[in-house]
Amino acid sequence: MSLSYTIDLPKIPIGQFVSDIVDWIETNLGWLLDGITALLRFLLNGFQDILSFLPPLVMIPLFGILIYLVTRRDLRLSLLSIAGLLLIWNLQLWSHAMMTLALVIASTIIALLIGIPLGILAANNDSINAVIRVLLDFMQTMPSFVYLIPAVIFFSLGNVPGMIATVVFAMPPAIRLTNLGIRQIPVELIEVSDAFGATPRQKLIKVQLPVAMPTIMAGVNQCIMLALSMVVIASMIGAGGLGYQVLVGIQRVNIAMGFEAGLAIVIIAIILDRITQGLIKTEKAQE
Amino acid sequence: MEDEYEPEILIKVQNLSKIFGSKPERALNMLKEGKTKNEILEKTGQTVGLNNISFQVFRGEIFVLMGLSGCGKSTLLRCLNRLIDPTAGSIEINGNDIVTMSDDEIRDFRRKKAGMIFQNFALLPHRTVLDNVAFGLEIQGIDLEERHRKATEALNLVGLAGYEQSMPDQLSGGMKQRVGLARALASDAEILLMDEAFSALDPLIRRDMQDELIELQERLNKTIIFVTHDLDEALKLGSRIALMKDGEIIQVGTSEEILMNPSNEYVERFVADVDMTRVLTAQDVMKKADPVISCKSGPRLAARLMKEYGISSLFVVTQHRLLKGIVQIDDVVEAVKNDHTTLEKIIINDLTKIDLSTPLGDIIPIIADSKYPLPVIDQDGKLKGIIVRGSVLSALARKESEPIVA
Repeated sequence: MSLSYTIDLPKIPIGQFVSDIVDWIETNLGWLLDGITALLRFLLNGFQDILSFLPPLVMIPLFGILIYLVTRRDLRLSLLSIAGLLLIWNLQLWSHAMMTLALVIASTIIALLIGIPLGILAANNDSINAVIRVLLDFMQTMPSFVYLIPAVIFFSLGNVPGMIATVVFAMPPAIRLTNLGIRQIPVELIEVSDAFGATPRQKLIKVQLPVAMPTIMAGVNQCIMLALSMVVIASMIGAGGLGYQVLVGIQRVNIAMGFEAGLAIVIIAIILDRITQGLIKTEKAQE
Repeated sequence: MEDEYEPEILIKVQNLSKIFGSKPERALNMLKEGKTKNEILEKTGQTVGLNNISFQVFRGEIFVLMGLSGCGKSTLLRCLNRLIDPTAGSIEINGNDIVTMSDDEIRDFRRKKAGMIFQNFALLPHRTVLDNVAFGLEIQGIDLEERHRKATEALNLVGLAGYEQSMPDQLSGGMKQRVGLARALASDAEILLMDEAFSALDPLIRRDMQDELIELQERLNKTIIFVTHDLDEALKLGSRIALMKDGEIIQVGTSEEILMNPSNEYVERFVADVDMTRVLTAQDVMKKADPVISCKSGPRLAARLMKEYGISSLFVVTQHRLLKGIVQIDDVVEAVKNDHTTLEKIIINDLTKIDLSTPLGDIIPIIADSKYPLPVIDQDGKLKGIIVRGSVLSALARKESEPIVA
């Protein structure tokens, strides 16, 4: 410490360097950013339309039935979920909740579409794994709203940058747990597929993925939960939904508004968690 | 081999070496210079897995690779279907060198020629028993109906009919390994590679599985390479046994050759704690039945033979050496006194007869209770030799390296 007082070292311009890169991307890869924006917006609008197509009083029982099925007939949980959703409706937060849900679903799907193949790659190749692991450690220790900055720079404000930040934030567990699940498969099972003459593709589809599925599903669950938490934070850069209600509550010091929106987020979080946990258990029960 | 048929070579392994590490060439050269495994590990950091191994496997035999853990037996087995790529040497199977095969060729070889069975069963947990057995066929692209038909046949073969729709974790260890066996049999491969296949089973189940394997092998006439660390298992199953140590084959031979003529101290130590009563049979411990007496002779000749050889009983046979019974010295003396001319009245017919292949373990309790030596007969009832207490003891002491039969 004392050294920096005595000798005036020049500052290494890391921040400037990153900023230069961002500028370059903006000027040269604008077409790509526009394409991504269009795609994400299409996906998000699609889910939003589906979720708000039917009136709440039809959607809520449908959610109840879905939960009843995936949790293998957990009637209590289904009824509690219906009660929770009715509460959200009653609080007049239904459309915001569906916006949040659409953001979560769309972001999660993209995160999984990128994350699971990356996890498979990492599991089958040690050098790729080494690179990805460093990246993931970096991504996961970086404070989550730092992701908001590049998202805003590249995609300005609104739902799309919110989704980008969410995808980046929610992807690591999908990669990690897919990688882990495949690496944890007993050596003998891999030898079985080789010894019976499976091609690498057959090995992946018939042995690696099915055997690793419970772990991969745990990754999916994590991915969804992280997506939900980031979608809320992303309201800071203009993502809509319940998070935005919380943000407005903070800005206006409106406790009632903030609390109601927060409660709705908790209800959605619990429902999403139980549904994916239910999927994991179904996987395990099949074994 | 003293067999009556000319054995046909199915697998011919020549100068096979496997070095684990990044620079195998250097280690290989050092091996050729005669450096030891440890020297090579110290100087190059490369581990010698297999060192210049050559052997042959005949069609239709159970060839056992046997040795302690770390001796390279599993590595050698995995070289035979190239789950592990050997560093040097050749493996000819049916005349084709599998070491030089392309990926596609080796895949085809694995699908159709060599089934593998694993120590911990290695069943796919998300599949039913039937779909596990059909796995190999599925990989080959055979359609659902056909592969289920073949898988059902294979399950019947191993005695698991009715368990088609069970999941692997519902089965006991023995049943799981039957599924493993059925999976290897389903694709009708002529070679079965068995890696410590029964080692994870408890002893009773294990013995049953060994018996069944022998029976299956006789019925289906597969060629089996069986890896084990258990000498008793090796002796029971093996047509021939290859004893391995430190990545080398120390001795190849039938169980008896290995037991009776251990090629070096290592083998000798290895076989030292074998349960000899299970390995040796009546044939190995019997003495030549000499003298015997014809049933037409009289008591005087019997008395003279007994006196001459210093024995108290004598086996009575027909002209063709069919066993009639035994006479005892007291009865013979009585018969001489009473001027009998034949042995007929004093022959004791009520004898415990021992078959040539009866294990020593079954003979010991019989001889302990018997007043007379035990006659050993072949299938036709001919007297082949006799067993006295002394010959059992000396067989167990195993001082002789030569067969005891004179």
